[in-house]
Amino acid sequence: MNKYEKMMGRKSEIMIKSVGVDYDQYEYGKIAFDYEKLMRDTGYTLDDVMKIQQETGVGNTPLLELRNMTELARKVSKTGKAARIMVKDEQCNPSGSYKDRRASVSVFEAKKKGYKGVVSATSGNYGAAVASQANMRGLDCIIVQECFDSRKVGQPEIVEKARKCECFGAEVLQLTVGPELFYTFLKVLDDTSFYNASLYSNYGVAGVETLGYEIAEECREKFGKDPEVVICTHAGGGNLTGTARGLKKAGALQTKVVGASANLSGLHMASDTQFNRKSFTTGHTGFGIPFMTNPDRSDVPRSAARPLRYMDRYVTISQGQIFYMTELLAQIEGLERGPAGNTSLAAAFVIAQEMENDEIIVVQETEYTGAGKHVGPQLSFAKENGIKVMKGNPSEEIPGENIILPEHPEKFTLQEMDLNGYRRSLIKNVVKGLEDKTIGKEDLEYLCEETRLDQVKVLEMLSEFDICVK
Amino acid sequence: MIKKGTWVEVERTVLEPEERSPHIPEDTKKTPLIMWIKGFCLEDCEIGEWVKVETIIGRVEEGKVVNVEPNYTHSFGNYIGETSYIGKQAKAILRGEE
Repeated sequence: MNKYEKMMGRKSEIMIKSVGVDYDQYEYGKIAFDYEKLMRDTGYTLDDVMKIQQETGVGNTPLLELRNMTELARKVSKTGKAARIMVKDEQCNPSGSYKDRRASVSVFEAKKKGYKGVVSATSGNYGAAVASQANMRGLDCIIVQECFDSRKVGQPEIVEKARKCECFGAEVLQLTVGPELFYTFLKVLDDTSFYNASLYSNYGVAGVETLGYEIAEECREKFGKDPEVVICTHAGGGNLTGTARGLKKAGALQTKVVGASANLSGLHMASDTQFNRKSFTTGHTGFGIPFMTNPDRSDVPRSAARPLRYMDRYVTISQGQIFYMTELLAQIEGLERGPAGNTSLAAAFVIAQEMENDEIIVVQETEYTGAGKHVGPQLSFAKENGIKVMKGNPSEEIPGENIILPEHPEKFTLQEMDLNGYRRSLIKNVVKGLEDKTIGKEDLEYLCEETRLDQVKVLEMLSEFDICVK
Repeated sequence: MIKKGTWVEVERTVLEPEERSPHIPEDTKKTPLIMWIKGFCLEDCEIGEWVKVETIIGRVEEGKVVNVEPNYTHSFGNYIGETSYIGKQAKAILRGEE
């Protein structure tokens, strides 16, 4: 057994110590676990979470109406109609993204439980959010980041995210490409006895519920109704899960929740040579699809981010269209933001055109931008890595080879993804280790909740994998 | 010579290629997993030497010195002519000029 295998063998022991939660208590049946109990066991109500967030200036961000964007959508729409496009300006949070919501409850909990510091494994805005919240609560912070390829070349966006963490006084461990980041993460947790401020803990996801709740409340106040659609940029699933749960808690039961990811199909996320051929470091299909079909692949034993429980529709959009949208948002709305929220904004521009003029679509986040994160450095970096940047038909874009900016806003298009296919993959992943090929009735019910399918459909999928229910 | 207490960046191999996870692409498997970390060096040293550092939160790490007083060089990038039509075109459409 080498040191990697040895450390991975100690995973559960280190996890229990660093999260302070025994996940075994939620397991039942052969494959099931009690998700709602896990969420309840944070011990915090939505009101409690709001209070925790108010203490550190998180949340209550403005909901902005993008009037020119809406008008442009109507001008290019085939029907001449488009829904009103709103955006929740989450860059107004202390560290510049909605991730402050996600970090706030975890860091509060770490402090309450007496941990001296927090550790998080992330290449994204979440690191900055944890570092910022940790400062406010007087805790130390370590961020473990996948940052460079083996030549020590890093995406400008990831380099910027490291800078932001370091500016808050966090210790940043920067690694080359590979899932063994988790090895370093475990080692740091073991060495320091710090708290695992996982993106995927129940505290992390509970922190996002306020976002969905605020959207429903603000729409009722301003427009006298719930939004017809809320669209979330989808990566690991916590953003969509938390927002959807918040909408439900507000009683916005008719609002459709759409997930949108940048299309990076064909690029392997753990490949050293392909690492820098993608122009988006988050909100893309490389996270979006694996985390949807196997949510428990995260850094806690059971992830609180379970997007298939909440997603009504999933679309992907090409990188070129997101860059175009980022530029457009600055040029016609005077908002310099992105890139993350602009993935769902680009998709919203298309979906709005399927809707009526009096309907509302809300893009539920923006993020700060600046050196490294802007369209300029991203496209410069892409060109340096041999990616062609051109004007044309976005449906011809090949991830890792070119970036195609739509030649006209009427050329915007998205790809509709088959949720049933992902539900089937989720079931396949869950049952693949079962030796006797049987599950119980409670497991069947669990799979129905996980996939939002009825028993007939789940049984049909189970039979494809020769699994029977006893 | 780099004086004791200087802010430096050190590099260390975390896993050799043969120690890496079996579930990674072939190109990645050929490379070691490398880590970079910054801290104040705990003794006088030179670039390329192995040294212990105290990180910003006071932990002690070690590695080969690769950078002295490391800075950030990421920027707003080069001029990107390919995006220059976007604002002009959209404004023209909104004004009914197209």
